[in-house]
Amino acid sequence: MTVTETAESAVSSALEQSRVESHLNPPASYDLADHPVPTGREEVWRFTPLKRLRGILDGAASTADLVREATLPEGVTLSAISAAEALALGELAPNERPAALAAANADGALLLDVPAEAVVTEPVVIRLSGSSVDDLVWGRLLYRIGAHAEVTIVLVHSGSARYCAISSFLVGDGAKVNVLSLQDWDDDAVHLGRDAIRVGRDASVKHTSVSFGGDLVRMHANVEYAGPGGEAELLGLYFADEGQHLEHRLFADHNAPKTKSHVVYKGALQGKGAHTVWIGNVLIRKVAEGIETYEENRNLVLTDGCQADSVPNLEIETGEIEGAGHASATARFDDEQLFYLRSRGVSEKEAQRLVVHGFFNDLIRKVDIALVEDQLLATVEAELAKNVLKDDA
Amino acid sequence: MSTLEIKDLQVQVQTEDGPKEILKGVTLTIKDGETHAIMGPNGSGKSTTAYSIAGHPKYTVTGGEVLLDGENVLEMSVDERARAGLFLAMQYPVEVPGVSMSNFLRTAKTALDGEAPKLRTWVKDVNGALDRMKLDTAFSSRSVNEGFSGGEKKRAEIAQLDLLDPKFAILDEIDSGLDIDALKVVSDGINAYAAREGKGLLLITHYTRILRYVKPDVVHVFVDGRIAESGGPELADELEANGYEKYVSTPAAGV
Ligand SMILES: Nc1ncnc2c1ncn2[C@@H]1O[C@H](COP(=O)(O)OP(=O)(O)OP(=O)(O)O)[C@@H](O)[C@H]1O
Ligand SMILES: [Mg+2]
Repeated sequence: MTVTETAESAVSSALEQSRVESHLNPPASYDLADHPVPTGREEVWRFTPLKRLRGILDGAASTADLVREATLPEGVTLSAISAAEALALGELAPNERPAALAAANADGALLLDVPAEAVVTEPVVIRLSGSSVDDLVWGRLLYRIGAHAEVTIVLVHSGSARYCAISSFLVGDGAKVNVLSLQDWDDDAVHLGRDAIRVGRDASVKHTSVSFGGDLVRMHANVEYAGPGGEAELLGLYFADEGQHLEHRLFADHNAPKTKSHVVYKGALQGKGAHTVWIGNVLIRKVAEGIETYEENRNLVLTDGCQADSVPNLEIETGEIEGAGHASATARFDDEQLFYLRSRGVSEKEAQRLVVHGFFNDLIRKVDIALVEDQLLATVEAELAKNVLKDDA
Repeated sequence: MSTLEIKDLQVQVQTEDGPKEILKGVTLTIKDGETHAIMGPNGSGKSTTAYSIAGHPKYTVTGGEVLLDGENVLEMSVDERARAGLFLAMQYPVEVPGVSMSNFLRTAKTALDGEAPKLRTWVKDVNGALDRMKLDTAFSSRSVNEGFSGGEKKRAEIAQLDLLDPKFAILDEIDSGLDIDALKVVSDGINAYAAREGKGLLLITHYTRILRYVKPDVVHVFVDGRIAESGGPELADELEANGYEKYVSTPAAGV
């Protein structure tokens, strides 16, 4: 299904990549002076239509909030804390202006606490909804998952707002965490989100970002390791419609030996002006011997007039690694697949529907959260109904 | 009574150097109850014939016609042709990641019949068809053709033939890549299909081996985009003994 494909599995080829001044690791700082208002020419902003951020980056004070509804299984607590407490807990500092603004402007922070050794079988569900894009909302969230705890956390964003949030996941040693953030906004919402994860020693974290709604969604998922043996699986699924800008930026910072990162993001695009951006940054530091990393981004372009930008980027400072690879592909429908299905009597639209579901299915299965699986399948179906399955399409 | 008539079929493909003529006028008629074999050397246009009848977008028909019970197949879309009763088992079946065999088969059966198959009998039917092809029933939950071995892909094509039950089946090199045991399994499947009431079969092959198990009524020798000779089953024996040399190495001179 590939029109253009680059796949590299050999470490050697990655090593040849030029050592430009690293933008992978801008200094973390709470000081806004360290994060000037971007012009749009900066490497990290060049894909983002700044105008459509509707002034978020000006950083105006606001007391507006999203309506919050939480399902907290026994043992799990959600509480308001002060900014000072957030810092003391080890919040992962902002390395970009939106996150710095969120930290500066939010009124304290929210802490979700999962005690050490708690095995939480039911998912934690937090629903955040906004009522108008006129509302500017600053969000600051911390998730503290104690050592050897096991938990699934589902975060659902809906309605509309201009929402800018900084979230930190502090994952204790040996913990197992499965996080899903669903961006299911109304058409006009703007969402700038930074999720940063610190993976404890021998802990394993799965983080999934799913973006369907919103006018502009720009999400970071950053991972670093508090010790050796940590594993992170970063998954993503997005479906961009006419005029939508959906941007996902990943950063796996292998700052400890024997750590793993595995990234798979898949997206579909349809309609004029649908734009997706995927940036997959991986940094393997000198100390990070024996690590494994793989990242993959696949885009399926369903109609004309869409643009999918996909930039894998691997920086390696040590030669002693187990494996490093990446793949990036953007393709249209595969004529051979459609022909095969249609040669069995399946109509063209039905064949396209099968192929798109097939494209996302393995990813949805990997997410492994029963609560949202049906919803994700249904949303893919609803997205298809807008274009591919439309009668006059 | 059903008939598949191919009349003076001419077909081109687009190449970098412009259109290239591949079929230069193919004519043959298959009636239900008959099995025809097309044999010919590599590149002679056998797959082109099969794909053109099925409506693959790569091939442009520049002349002639294909009629199924008098209806012009060439005016139909790919899926309409299938719903009219045509089936093509492909030389290289396509992998469709993420789409399970069972979902695919149920969708196809529903499209062909105009209604969903009865759930209880359908699962049994699918398992039975897989079983007859010596494919584990676990195949129904695997993605269409994905990671199947060459032989498994071919057996899966015949399982589909069994389930979808078309009027006319075109099997393009169903025998290639099969070991002798698999060849027998596949041949049994083809024979079982051909024995059903009102079925016609066009068997495309490069080798005579499969014709020991599936007996053709008519054999056509394909050379350079045309039928060079047609005859009874004895023509296959002759090809077995002498190969295609007689057809390909004879220059036009002296004819
Ligand atoms: N895109 C193309 N460009 C140039 N030639 C093509 C193209 N597609 C097909 N052909 C040529 O058409 C001819 C017929 O191909 P076809 O696949 O029908 O042969 P075949 O008889 O099925 O051969 P085989 O026994 O190898 O399967 C071949 O010479 C092939 O090279
Ligand atoms: Mg062929």
